[in-house]
Amino acid sequence: MSRAETVEQAPDVRAPRPLWTLGLLRNELGMTFRRRRTLVLLAVLALVPVLVGIAVRVQTGDGGDRGGPAFISLVTNNGLFLVFTSLAATLPVFLPMALGVVAGDAIAGEAGAGTLRYLLVAPAGRTRLLLVKYTGTLVFCLVATLVVAASALVVGALLFGLGEVTLLSGTTVPLAEGLLRALAVAGVVALSLIGVAALGLFVSTLTGSGIAAMAMTVGVVITFQILNTLPQLHAVQPYLFPHYWLSFADLLRDPVYWDDIRRNLGLQAVYALVFGTAAWARFTTRDITA
Amino acid sequence: MAPPSSDGEDGARPGAPVIETHGLTKAYGSGPPAVDGLDLSVPPGSIFGFLGPNGSGKTTTIRMLMGLIEPTAGGARLLGEPMPGAARRVLPRVGALIEGPALYGFLTGRANLLRYDAADPTADPRTRAARVTAALDRVGLAAAAGKKARAYSLGMKQRLGLAAALLRPRELLVLDEPTNGLDPQGMREIRGLVRELAADGTTVFLSSHLLDEIEQVCTHAAVMSRGRLIAQGTVAELAAGARGRLAVTTPDTADAARVLKEHGLTDLVVGEERVTGELPGPGAGVPAVVGGGLDPADLNAALVAAGVRVRAFGTERASLEDVFVALTGEGFDVAG
Ligand SMILES: Nc1ncnc2c1ncn2[C@@H]1O[C@H](COP(=O)(O)OP(=O)(O)O)[C@@H](O)[C@H]1O
Ligand SMILES: [Mg+2]
Repeated sequence: MSRAETVEQAPDVRAPRPLWTLGLLRNELGMTFRRRRTLVLLAVLALVPVLVGIAVRVQTGDGGDRGGPAFISLVTNNGLFLVFTSLAATLPVFLPMALGVVAGDAIAGEAGAGTLRYLLVAPAGRTRLLLVKYTGTLVFCLVATLVVAASALVVGALLFGLGEVTLLSGTTVPLAEGLLRALAVAGVVALSLIGVAALGLFVSTLTGSGIAAMAMTVGVVITFQILNTLPQLHAVQPYLFPHYWLSFADLLRDPVYWDDIRRNLGLQAVYALVFGTAAWARFTTRDITA
Repeated sequence: MAPPSSDGEDGARPGAPVIETHGLTKAYGSGPPAVDGLDLSVPPGSIFGFLGPNGSGKTTTIRMLMGLIEPTAGGARLLGEPMPGAARRVLPRVGALIEGPALYGFLTGRANLLRYDAADPTADPRTRAARVTAALDRVGLAAAAGKKARAYSLGMKQRLGLAAALLRPRELLVLDEPTNGLDPQGMREIRGLVRELAADGTTVFLSSHLLDEIEQVCTHAAVMSRGRLIAQGTVAELAAGARGRLAVTTPDTADAARVLKEHGLTDLVVGEERVTGELPGPGAGVPAVVGGGLDPADLNAALVAAGVRVRAFGTERASLEDVFVALTGEGFDVAG
């Protein structure tokens, strides 16, 4: 194309529109979910229900009912309970660890690779980039949770079959309502992770090394989990982010017991706000020299 | 070309500096500042060489210009607007290569550019694909666009970084050592590209620790040493600022040297059939008008009168290296 054409006619130059700002988010999501690392994390998460299902099957496979833990009989009676069991198994460790990798690497990985400076001079805008990274991390939380739930549903249906659901409170509801409740549980589990996501993002603004940020985030998550079990720390435990995590089981009561779920979501919101603000304060003032 | 006006409060005024800094300073911890009280003025349309040995503060200056780091003191204006305050308005009109390219190794070259373009909220998504293709073409990477960037050679990475700076028509290009790590052929290509872009009317701010590179492509230059600006102006002005050396080619070197010495030349170097010496200037460190008070024609006549057979006679133009040595009393660390 000739110079004169581009300069004089400038045929396709449009004034910037507000929606264009979403281009980076779309790109971020596309990049995250096409990345091999993300796919490996999701594959590992999808494997958990398979292992849990096989373990339950093997333990009860010889026909004898040996009165195992309550959830095992629930699972063998209805494959749908594998969804709840798998979410309960992955929420304390696997999900936050996978999230720690994604959130911890969000800014630090870009800084370490040097791509951060080019995003900033593009100019992505520091606040906008941080919001994009946080949104991307939250979408990962949701997708990761749904992957666990979906894998568990398929494995549960294959190994144990699906049917009417007997809730924890003893009421029996049709399978359709059971599925709806499973979806709600997955949603609450995903929301349970928004505090950790913000924490990981904050850690990510502190260092120029993605690996260090991931390790630090995962370390903090594990530390909090341990603190949450120490009886000496009874007084502070209600303020630790994992404290109400397993309250999602209350969605399986009739009527639903909302108190702990509400406490959980409130606590997550506080963590998200505090660490989100800290991440913003840090990232918008930091010298980017990498 | 008309000298650039030195004051630039109104950025829209034609002829106002494209880059302007006032007392720009960056200090890391204690110790001497990495950049110390920089007053730069880059006229529009120039190819401005930002010259200095490694560690003299070039990259630090560029980071402040682009709003990546906060100055300790002083300020900078880009395209007439203050940085980093006006970054959102200014940076879409500026392309930059800062301390080498940085790429997503797991993405293709093309996907890298799509991402950087998406990062700019004022870049039209409808023309994105076409602009990325054009940028890849411009740097000669069209054939390798589908390869993962981690498989690129250093030269290809450098060119992809340049392509990212060329995703949109820019008013200013800031290129930090764009030929670093390239072979001579790659260097020539980049220089050609820079000239081409400047011919389109883009102002190019080019940092380098290579003297000949600046001399070859730049119209203007600023010289940095240990965080301080020691000179700036057109390349011709700068070179004239250093006293050139007089060179006489003759078989009668001894007689020639004696005559030159009598006429006040200093630092005489006698080689085989060749004598060079420094013309006396009006005062140490002060730029000499060509030859100072001494007319080279008189000198030539004196040589001939003394029976010296002169084969060639002339003043050698001072190089930027001479400027640097004259101003700092130090050699230029070219190897570093
Ligand atoms: N992030 C940093 N922390 C501390 N010192 C730095 C940092 N960045 C640069 N410096 C110092 O500032 C000086 C100038 O560096 P730089 O701007 O990279 O020089 P150049 O680009 O001219 O080679 C050097 O002495 C370098 O050690
Ligand atoms: Mg440098």
